[in-house]
Order: sequence, then C-alpha cells, then structure tokens
Amino acid sequence: MRSILIAGIAALLAAPVLIGLAGVVLPAVGYFPALGGDALSLQPFRDLLAVPGIIPSALLSLATGLAATLLSVLVVVGFCAASWGTASFAAMRRLLAPLLAIPHAAAALGLALLIAPSGPLFRLAALPLGLDRPPDLLVVGDPLGLSLTAGLVAKEAPFLLLVALAALPQAKPARRLRLARALGYGRVVAFLLTVWPTVYRQIRLPVLAVLAFASSVVDVALILGPSTPPTLAVRLVGWMNDPDLSLRFLASAAALLQLGVTLAAVLLWLGVERVGTRLLRAAIHGGRRGTADRVVRQVLPLPFRLGALALGLGTAMLLVWSFAGYWPFPSLLPSLSMHNWMRAAASAGPPLRTTLLVAAMATFVALVLVVALLKAIRARGGPMVETKTHLPPALLAAVYLPLIVPQVAFLSGLQIAIIALGWTPGLPLLVAAHLVFVAPYLLLSLADPWFALDPRYERIGASLGRSRPALFLRLRLPLLLAPLLTACAIGFAVSVGQYLPTLLIGAGRLPTITTEAVALAAGGNRGLTAAYALLQTALPCLVFALALALPALRHRRRRGMKPA
Amino acid sequence: MTDAAGLALDQLSIALGDRTLLVVDHPVGPGEVLTVMGPSGSGKSTLLAHVGGFLDPAFRARGTVRLDGQDLAPLPPERRRVGLLFQDALLFPHLSVGENLLFGLHPKLKGRAARRAAVEAALAEVELAGFFDRDPATLSGGQQARVALQRSLLAEPRALLLDEPFSRLDAALKSSVRALVFDAVRRRAIPAILVTHDPADAEAAGGPVVTIGGTP
Ligand SMILES: Nc1ncnc2c1ncn2[C@@H]1O[C@H](COP(=O)(O)OP(=O)(O)O)[C@@H](O)[C@H]1O
Ligand SMILES: [Mg+2]
Repeated sequence: MRSILIAGIAALLAAPVLIGLAGVVLPAVGYFPALGGDALSLQPFRDLLAVPGIIPSALLSLATGLAATLLSVLVVVGFCAASWGTASFAAMRRLLAPLLAIPHAAAALGLALLIAPSGPLFRLAALPLGLDRPPDLLVVGDPLGLSLTAGLVAKEAPFLLLVALAALPQAKPARRLRLARALGYGRVVAFLLTVWPTVYRQIRLPVLAVLAFASSVVDVALILGPSTPPTLAVRLVGWMNDPDLSLRFLASAAALLQLGVTLAAVLLWLGVERVGTRLLRAAIHGGRRGTADRVVRQVLPLPFRLGALALGLGTAMLLVWSFAGYWPFPSLLPSLSMHNWMRAAASAGPPLRTTLLVAAMATFVALVLVVALLKAIRARGGPMVETKTHLPPALLAAVYLPLIVPQVAFLSGLQIAIIALGWTPGLPLLVAAHLVFVAPYLLLSLADPWFALDPRYERIGASLGRSRPALFLRLRLPLLLAPLLTACAIGFAVSVGQYLPTLLIGAGRLPTITTEAVALAAGGNRGLTAAYALLQTALPCLVFALALALPALRHRRRRGMKPA
Repeated sequence: MTDAAGLALDQLSIALGDRTLLVVDHPVGPGEVLTVMGPSGSGKSTLLAHVGGFLDPAFRARGTVRLDGQDLAPLPPERRRVGLLFQDALLFPHLSVGENLLFGLHPKLKGRAARRAAVEAALAEVELAGFFDRDPATLSGGQQARVALQRSLLAEPRALLLDEPFSRLDAALKSSVRALVFDAVRRRAIPAILVTHDPADAEAAGGPVVTIGGTP
C-alpha cells in the first residue's frame, strides 16, 4: 500500500518526461496524424540538417554547456579549498540565499546591462580612453558564447556551492584537514585530496543537472547568447512557437538533436571526471605537500566572489535602469524618471497575477505530494523508528529525471502531445507543467530535515496517548515549520523563474512576468525590461524573506527553535 | 499468572538477523523497578522500543509482553499507555513548559480551567510553580528532567520505561531526580523498566536486576 503510494508519486514525477519524449520522437520520424503526418520518414531529420548553421548551433550548445559546468565546478572547488572554515566562507554562506533567489532571466538581464558597451564599465573607461560613444563591440551575444558561459557560471556556481555545503559535513572536513595537515600538507592541497572527493561524489547529480541545464538553456541564451547562429535550444523554441504548425516536425527532430547534444555533454563530462580523478591520484602518489600556498589561497576564492559581485551589481543595474530617463553615454548616472515604473504599473498587473497564481498553486500541490511521499517513506520503516531514513535510489532517479533531461526537449513533446490530444492550454496545464520542476526541488530541500527530526519526539507523543494525526499536526509540522516554509519558498522561486514551461505549455496565452521580461528584452526597451526583471526578482525575495521571518516570529520566545 | 497485575516479559527474545541480541524472562510487579543492565549496543534501548511499540522491523521479537494481563502486541503505541523517559528530557521545543504538560495530560480531564489547574499542580509538585509560561530551553537540566517526568505521569501511564534517564545529570541532581522517579513509580504502583549501565542506578532502584549481552 505504502510502496504503491511511493511508486505512484515517483511515476507522477517521471511521467511528464517520458510522455514528453514520446511526443518528440514520433513527429521526428514523421508521425503526427493531427498535422497530416501518418507515414514514418526521415524527412524531418533531412530538413534539420539542411538548416543553415545547425551544426554550429549544436556545437555551441555543447561547448557552452560543458565550459559553464566545468568552470562552475572549478570556481566552487577553488572557493571551498581556499576558504573553508574562514570568516569569509561563513559570510558568503549567508549571501547565498539572496544570490539563489535571483531568477535566471533577471540575473542574465542585469549582467547584460552591466557588461554592455553602453554599460557602467565602459562608461567608467570612457573618460581615460576618451570615448564619446559606446564602442562598437559585441560583448553581449559574442559569437563564441563567452558572455553566455560567464553568465551561467555566475548563476550556477552559487547553486553548486549550496549543494556542496549540504554535502560537506559528511566529508568530516575539520578532522580530515587536521589529519592531512599534520602530515605536512598545505590547506588547499589537503582539502583537494582528502575532503573534495567525498563531497563531489555526493553532488554528482546536481552537477549533471547543471550540465543539462547549461547545454539546453533558453532564457539566458536569448539574453546573453549569440544570435549568429544562436544555440540549438533557442532555435528549437523558435520553431516550436512558430504559427506554422508544420514546423513542429523540424522542431521535434531538433529536440532529439538537443537530447543527443546533452547526452554527448554528459559522456564528455564523465571523461572530465576521469581526468580529475587521475590528476588527484597522481598528486597523491607524488606526495607534494603544497605548503607554499599563501598566494594561491588569496587567488582561488576570487572567481566565486567576482561572480557574486557581478550578480549583485547586475541587480543594482536593473534598479538604476528602471528609474532611468535620459542617459547619454558616458554620463555615469541617468536623469531620474518614473516613466518606466508607470508603464510597468499599467501593464504588469495581469502577468504578475498569473505568476503568483501559478507559483502558489504549483507550490501547494507539490507540498501536499511531497509530504505524503515523505510520510509514506518514513512509515515504511515501522512506526516512528529510529533508523535514519533517506530517499530510495529509484525515487531519487525519478526526482532527478526532469532536472537532467533537457527541459526544452520534453516540454516540446508535451506541447505536441497537448495539441495531439486537442486540449486547450490553460491554467491547470500550466500549473501541472510547473509542478514537474517545483516538486523535485521541494522534495530535495525538505527530505533531509524531515528525516533528521529526532524520532523520539513522536515516540514520546505516542506514549502519551496521542493519535497519529495529532502527532503530525501538533509535533512534526510545527517542529519543521522553518524547513517547510523554506522548501515552499524554493518551490515558489523555481516556479517564478520558469520560462520555457510558460512559453511552451501556456502557448503564449498565459504570459507571466518572466516571459514578459524576456520578451521585452528582445524589444530593446531597457528601462521597462529592467522594471519587469526587478518585479521578477522581488517575488522570490519576498517569499524567502517571509519564510525566514514567519518561523522566527512564531517561535520568537522559544530558544530551542532557533535555526542552528 | 497471566492475569497478574504489572508487566510480564514472557520468554522475550529479540534478534537482529540471526544474532539473538537479548533474552529476558521476568515479571515486574506494580510499584517495582526492573533494572536491565548491559554494555552499550547490547540492545537495552531495543528492549524498551519493543515494549513501547516502536521496534524497528529489522529486529524480530519472540515471546510476549503483557501489561496487567493484556498482551501488548496488537496495540499501537498510542494505545499502550506506557510512559517513556530518555536521557534527554526531550521537552517539545516549540511549546511552553505548561503546554508540554497539557500535551501529556490525560484527555478524560475536561475544561480549560480544570486542565490548567491540573498542570499548575503538577508543576508545584516538583517545585516548579509559576513555570507554566516558561520556554523549556531556558530550564536547567534538572528542571527539564522534572518536567519530562510530570509530562509522562499526567498521561496516567500503566507502566514506565526509563532509558538511562539519569545519565546526563550531574551527581548531585542524579540522586534527587532518581528519588523523584522511583517515588512516583511506588506511589502510583505501576511497573517500570530501567535500562542503564550505571550500577548505582540499579542499587537506587532497589528492584531485581537482569543483565543482557554481558559475555562477548
Ligand atoms: N534500526 C536498526 N537496524 C539495525 N540495527 C540496529 C538498529 N537499531 C539499533 N541497532 C543495533 O542493535 C544493537 C542494539 O542497539 P541498542 O538497543 O540501541 O543498544 P543499547 O541501548 O544497549 O546501547 C546495536 O548493535 C545497534 O547497532
Ligand atoms: Mg541505548
């Protein structure tokens, strides 16, 4: 009975991915009766290969995805190895939540404003260089995807640091570092050789999720990526959204190519892991202590800090631009104007409402599902048993499936399935599409605190004669109030940040603040775009603030409920 | 014999895989404390988990546990009415001291005022009058232990299970909390099982002592 519930919820998480993949495989081989395709053929692939620049697009996706992932991992390793246990490490840990709360689209828009030829960096340089107009440089959208890669690193490195932080305690860093340093190893080398391998083994799935994301991202690539040609995912979404439905055949073939690109990225990544292991092993065999690491320790944390700083400055740029009136080059500050906010106030209401509604509903449904799932998993071990429980591996695989299969591939298939079934895109479908991404993150964030709650509280409660529902409502839920709200805030933020599900499943009828911000960015109205991006950032930030404040307020007179 | 008042551990054995952890065959009369001694890892907590109804399915138990003649096996934990005390007081950290006691207080006592009065009286009984609204985290270890004891007694348990409840207390507190607990067992005439590896606990309990898992 309980196993059925667990299997059912796992299937619910995995099903959209599998249906979505089926939804691109069939049209890709020519089968799509609703559009008159009823014979199998390779024509869609022939058409795809005939599209100019399709191979460069695919290679660009592969290269930027791999480079962004590799750099993100290296940036995080460097930061941890050089500064674990220091005050600056603790400070960065506190900065992490706001960095993660910035949605991808808003982060990309902020970074674009920051590094643009007309941005503050070039304005600062204008005076010494004697420029009187923005230099004619392709900084944002450079053909090699360098700014796209940099933007992805700035946003993904904090995420990887977060998962590394969760994995660090099991690597017993304090003890192992002491041991290694007693053997004469320097800090950085000691961390790399004794702590990092254990940490990495535990964050492999999140790293693969970053790789899949980076090799198939659409919103960030639209904003920071090249356009001649754009990445594969961007072109694929263009075809998916084309009013000419016959392009769905081409799009399906492109979705399969995208799957292949991400799969190739994963295989290459396994090779990168091998090289990393071999380098570590060689270092261990060599036995070099690396004690002269003073300079290295100063330099290694810099890239992570630079990324965090760029995200912060980018958000500041959104703020400045949203209040900007006339802003000729090289002036450092614009004339102040409420114009953008007045326009936003006139138009942002409906998309904001949709965003809030979808995020709230997806988070609520995900919470109910996840709590039912966690209850079932714990109860499987007998009532209130003492053993540490964790997510069963098969469930973990199902949970990670929507995070590791490229979004754009299976969402395209879902859209095709919806067309084939003749359903009308509406709020319920959009909420369901968001749920596919909200539920996994909510589950991953809630599972550890859920299982970590001392089972003796509920044993005592039961021994006092309290019923199971009373134990649940009066002990478990209030004791886990803070992690529950944090998990909900994460779910909410994930939903607000979703661009593709809204675009592909909402079919343009249910614009959210996120799709509108990205659409505005293409239009070139920087001030209004900045205002929308700020609104998009404000939603998750507010919800995170609430998730922190409410438990603190509720338990303000309970010292035992202070977060550790 | 099966209708005798008190707790009867009848040919009770608990195994983990094919390793038998412990065998106990002993009655515990009303007002009596059976002390179970054994080194750490010998299965003392497991024994109490079994009596309380929380045994991990990894273990297999044989034999019967009867309370006042009634076989406990079919009863879920919340219907056994067997109180638990651990080495940590485990007061619910989100509730006030008084709310912790209200949580334990038997539901047959009705009415807000009457329930509150019963809790105030229970606090006064252990020299904690006026502690109703206090945050449990601000209490000393000895005070917390006393609240935990009163919380379990207010539920009117038919037996008490004590899992090294004195091991975290310093020497001076130890004897006073011990006296309080054993006194409660005697006055209420309920059976109790105390597991410990401190011989002084066994001596203070004054009841029969069985040893498990002693020989390697
Ligand atoms: N859920 C479990 N699954 C498997 N083994 C367990 C579990 N809980 C405890 N054990 C093992 O059972 C033995 C008895 O544990 P426990 O009753 O806690 O001992 P004690 O309380 O005497 O220190 C130990 O060897 C412990 O490692
Ligand atoms: Mg024990």
